[in-house]
Amino acid sequence: MRKRIENGTELTSRRKFVKRLGGTALAGLAIGGIRTAGGRTEKLEATASPPKDPRAYGQRSRFVTSGRLGRSSTAFPSLSPLQDSEGIITPAALHFTVGVPGSGPWEIDPQKQRLMIHGMVGRPLIFTMDELKRLPSVSRIHFLECAGNSYLRLPFRQNPVTVQHTHGMTGCSEWTGVLLSVLLREAGVQKAASWVVAEGSDPDKHWRSIPVEKAMDDVLVAYAQNGEPVRPEQGYPLRLVVPGWEGNINVKWLRRIKAVDQPYMTRQETTKYADVRPDGKGRWFNFEMAAKSVITFPSGGQQLPGRGFYEIRGLAWSGRGTVRKVEVSTDGGRTWTDAELQSPVLRIAHTRFRFAWKWDGQEALLQSRCTDDLGDTQPTMDEFAKLWGVSKDYWLSTSNFIHHCNAIQPWKVTADGRVRNAIFS
Amino acid sequence: MRSSLNLFLLAVLASGGAVLAQTSSTYNLGRTPTQEEIRTWDIAISPDGKELPPGRGSAKEGAAIYAQKCASCHGPTGAEQGQTDFPLVGGKGTLTTLHPVRTLGSFWPFATTIWDYIRRAMPQGKEGSLTVDEVYAVTAYLLYRNGIIQESDSLNATSLPKIQMPNRNGFVPAKPAWKPREKRPFGFYP
Repeated sequence: MRKRIENGTELTSRRKFVKRLGGTALAGLAIGGIRTAGGRTEKLEATASPPKDPRAYGQRSRFVTSGRLGRSSTAFPSLSPLQDSEGIITPAALHFTVGVPGSGPWEIDPQKQRLMIHGMVGRPLIFTMDELKRLPSVSRIHFLECAGNSYLRLPFRQNPVTVQHTHGMTGCSEWTGVLLSVLLREAGVQKAASWVVAEGSDPDKHWRSIPVEKAMDDVLVAYAQNGEPVRPEQGYPLRLVVPGWEGNINVKWLRRIKAVDQPYMTRQETTKYADVRPDGKGRWFNFEMAAKSVITFPSGGQQLPGRGFYEIRGLAWSGRGTVRKVEVSTDGGRTWTDAELQSPVLRIAHTRFRFAWKWDGQEALLQSRCTDDLGDTQPTMDEFAKLWGVSKDYWLSTSNFIHHCNAIQPWKVTADGRVRNAIFS
Repeated sequence: MRSSLNLFLLAVLASGGAVLAQTSSTYNLGRTPTQEEIRTWDIAISPDGKELPPGRGSAKEGAAIYAQKCASCHGPTGAEQGQTDFPLVGGKGTLTTLHPVRTLGSFWPFATTIWDYIRRAMPQGKEGSLTVDEVYAVTAYLLYRNGIIQESDSLNATSLPKIQMPNRNGFVPAKPAWKPREKRPFGFYP
């Protein structure tokens, strides 16, 4: 069944559709496309071709036009259209994506991809994709969210009109792969190892430090998303899923896990994803995404046709656990009523909530508030500002960019049925 | 900062994560990488700099390399906004203002991080193309431009990790220390 090639590249008989490569080409690719001592990677040519019949991989109706939105006209479309979402699973094609290098997806030939586990381990190991897929697998439904999602004043969305602008950097998928704990145990991770560093094979060789306690808990080395291989912009063929932790730590195009004895103070964790408090202190290693919710219908930019029945719908999630309740207010926060939670309500997953509402044609302020099973409750904008020790106006005057904002998002319905973002009014 | 980081680490270790070294392979999959493969792949530099490769570079040498390979994106002196979120140089005294400017000099806590990031991710489009000496030189130039070392200084694997960055003690970990699946009082964020 298995043909072992001395340079470490393996081909199996079930991969016959993949064009066989000549020995010369393979020799240069013996270490997974990593060519130089500086860790430089080269873009690799795909060896498979798409199916000729377009019906072989289905398409949506031509009447459906919902799509991701870029930060600029030339940027990779990254924001997910939450206003059109239903249920809790985000289609892979609409899942948000940040950090796609260059002008498009970074594709790696799965035949050439390798994952190395090394550092403070008894047995350093290199796995092919086929070997990883032979290991015990798990499928888990988890959300991913960019740490900067729902920040109040992102420079690239000065006029955040819709929920796609405000909250579009989150998505929820069923991820399939190997638990990182399985790989670390297989490599014989040493007791003194307190952190791991995870590294991708993208041009930046993006890397982050993860406490070993989390690495051994629920971190997934994923090769599939919603029943098919992970999309190129999601890290094809292999990525890390670190449930509930800021998107940036979910390393895509994963090539290496090193067990170490300290956080390695990477550029992203010590500078970009550290925040500056108003007193000038940097806050770092703030991993978990907080309890959050947002109403996706009716939401900013939409128009209600007239008074009458509407089902308010939205999404809620927490990076630390399970959504316990979502309350909805339609009267500017004077009264709050529990919304209905659609089952299944899963740990560290989007949760759909619904709330029956009869609009009387008067101006209304719609808000949702999430509480998770640890008792964390989403703060109002005023409460959020108070936690930062500033007034709400701070966010209108500062250029300080902060992550992990989970303030309640209010949508104002005006008497003519228009819905607009009311975060600052 | 060191003590608060250690506390953070202790909290992580004390949080019930029993990590046991497994003595034998269960699945017998994968293969053992060669020492050469590990050496080639492993570009991670820790804050104590023990992985730094031998080599050297001076601020003066770095100025020429910067002008040739970095200035087109980062500006002629590094103090310009350039095509990045923040300039590389300057920003001193801005962190407590409404417009904090996070540069290498005003914000970055470790010189090793600068070296690592230049080596792995710069220059954009030709990542990994700089030699080890060039990375030392550009790092030295940017530290000199930020007033951290002298123009006549050069850096190597021994001297680089010893550099005390101005904002080295300017960080606080998330409070309270991270403990998995433990109830957190309202106000943990931010």
